Amino acid sequence: MSAAETIKPEEVLIEVVRRLIAGARHIAVGANSPIPAAAAFLAQRLDPESPNVSLQQSPEHNLWTDGGRELFDSAGQGRIDVFFFSGAQIDGAGNINLNVIGDYAHPKARFPGAYGSAYLYFMVPRIILFRLEHSRRTLVEKVDFISAPGTSPPNIFRRGGPIALVTPLCHFSFDKARARFRLESVHPGHSVEEVLDQTGFAFDRPEHVPATPPPPAEVLPLLRGPVATELAAIYPKFAERIFGIPVGAAGA
Amino acid sequence: MGKIRDLDGALAVIGDGTKLAIPFDYAGVAMEATRALIRRGVKRLHLVTLPASSLQAELLIGAGAVETIETSAVGFGELGSAPRFTAAVLGGKVRLKDATCPAIHSALRAAEMGNPFGALRGIIGSDILRQRPDWRVIDNPFGENDPIVLLPAIRPDVALFHAPLADRKGNIWVGRRRDLFTLAHASARCVATVEALHDGDLLADEVMAAATIPAFYIEAVALAPRGAWPLKMGDLYAEDTQHLLDYIALAQTEEGFRRYLDDHVFRRRAA
Repeated sequence: MSAAETIKPEEVLIEVVRRLIAGARHIAVGANSPIPAAAAFLAQRLDPESPNVSLQQSPEHNLWTDGGRELFDSAGQGRIDVFFFSGAQIDGAGNINLNVIGDYAHPKARFPGAYGSAYLYFMVPRIILFRLEHSRRTLVEKVDFISAPGTSPPNIFRRGGPIALVTPLCHFSFDKARARFRLESVHPGHSVEEVLDQTGFAFDRPEHVPATPPPPAEVLPLLRGPVATELAAIYPKFAERIFGIPVGAAGA
Repeated sequence: MGKIRDLDGALAVIGDGTKLAIPFDYAGVAMEATRALIRRGVKRLHLVTLPASSLQAELLIGAGAVETIETSAVGFGELGSAPRFTAAVLGGKVRLKDATCPAIHSALRAAEMGNPFGALRGIIGSDILRQRPDWRVIDNPFGENDPIVLLPAIRPDVALFHAPLADRKGNIWVGRRRDLFTLAHASARCVATVEALHDGDLLADEVMAAATIPAFYIEAVALAPRGAWPLKMGDLYAEDTQHLLDYIALAQTEEGFRRYLDDHVFRRRAA
């Protein structure tokens, strides 16, 4: 069995995110983001200038001393370089939906809520979107509800927004001026045809779409060793599923 | 009368229709107090979450204690969605005022300052703004063609949270969980449960005082060891993940939820 076959799809996603956050000085990770957290921990260990990594839900990775508002206050001042969001739906114009499917007054499905998206999506220069279900159900032409808009008119104060969308099939970049995604690479084991078939929105693509590079040999042991252990204390279910660390092993 | 009470005595200021402000999991959630409120059968609460909630809002909503909730999210993070919250919203059983985290911070901060409103960047173009007729967009009076959102101050009747330590005067030590300061300052009254009582004056020690909410904000304090369980309490104890997973599985049905309440809230488990 070759090394490529034993690399889990989540590890490829972590590697994509790791490259997207290169050079950032302060990476903030919100609730429910194990893949971004793993990429940020890797960046911390690999970048000689070790970026700040803030995890809202982890006391050991919590640089804040002024409560939950400090993340938003910092972002409002431009002190946060990278943040991550997902969405029940993400559309071709970069709009994300974390609230409802169907009519807002009589929804067909309800999700937890927008969290800080309606603000941070404007304020953080590099927003990375990731969605672990790549389908026409999740990646849609137009979201049912805009929790946070992909782009804004020129008179709206906005220093950031989406730069990429990472899914189990591929990596899209986002062109702010055109409010459109562009296919950058397709992950090993998948094809452009599959991406076209499973994506509900139109996107740009080069004539030859490269394959997404897997984590390099020097990154993999770091990811599966110390980073996996670090992750298990915060995302026990994820660490168990991907790295085989039993829930509860990280202790209280 | 001193400020240290038994749990039900401390919760007496929370009545039917109270506008109740509560923190998110990382700041210290008063779960033992929440179970006591459900046992008492409190009704028509208007919950304000700073800025989101998990099991606390979920149980109160499932138990029919909530009329309105203003929140930026109710859920269990990677463990899953909040089944009774979801069912209540889909069934129109609870009035939901959708927000975004910094909007709730800003509106409570306005109340802390005694101001009528807060201002916040972002949000414009979000459908959340469309669902919130109480939020306004104005042109920045100090700029030019620069729209910005104004949010009316939120002044809760009561804030309720769980903290590590109180002294006998009712000063509450919260450490770096500064969201609890915001809740105490913004709310008309404040009730806290604590892990332990401190002999001595928390304000007499410069190091402790800097992280202490002075007693003049505090209505009542009750001792409740492990009072945040099954949620986490800072670095004192972790969340009971398995309990939460079991809860989420059980609460998929109304009947399962009632069974959970019987076992863990009413404690009517058959011998």
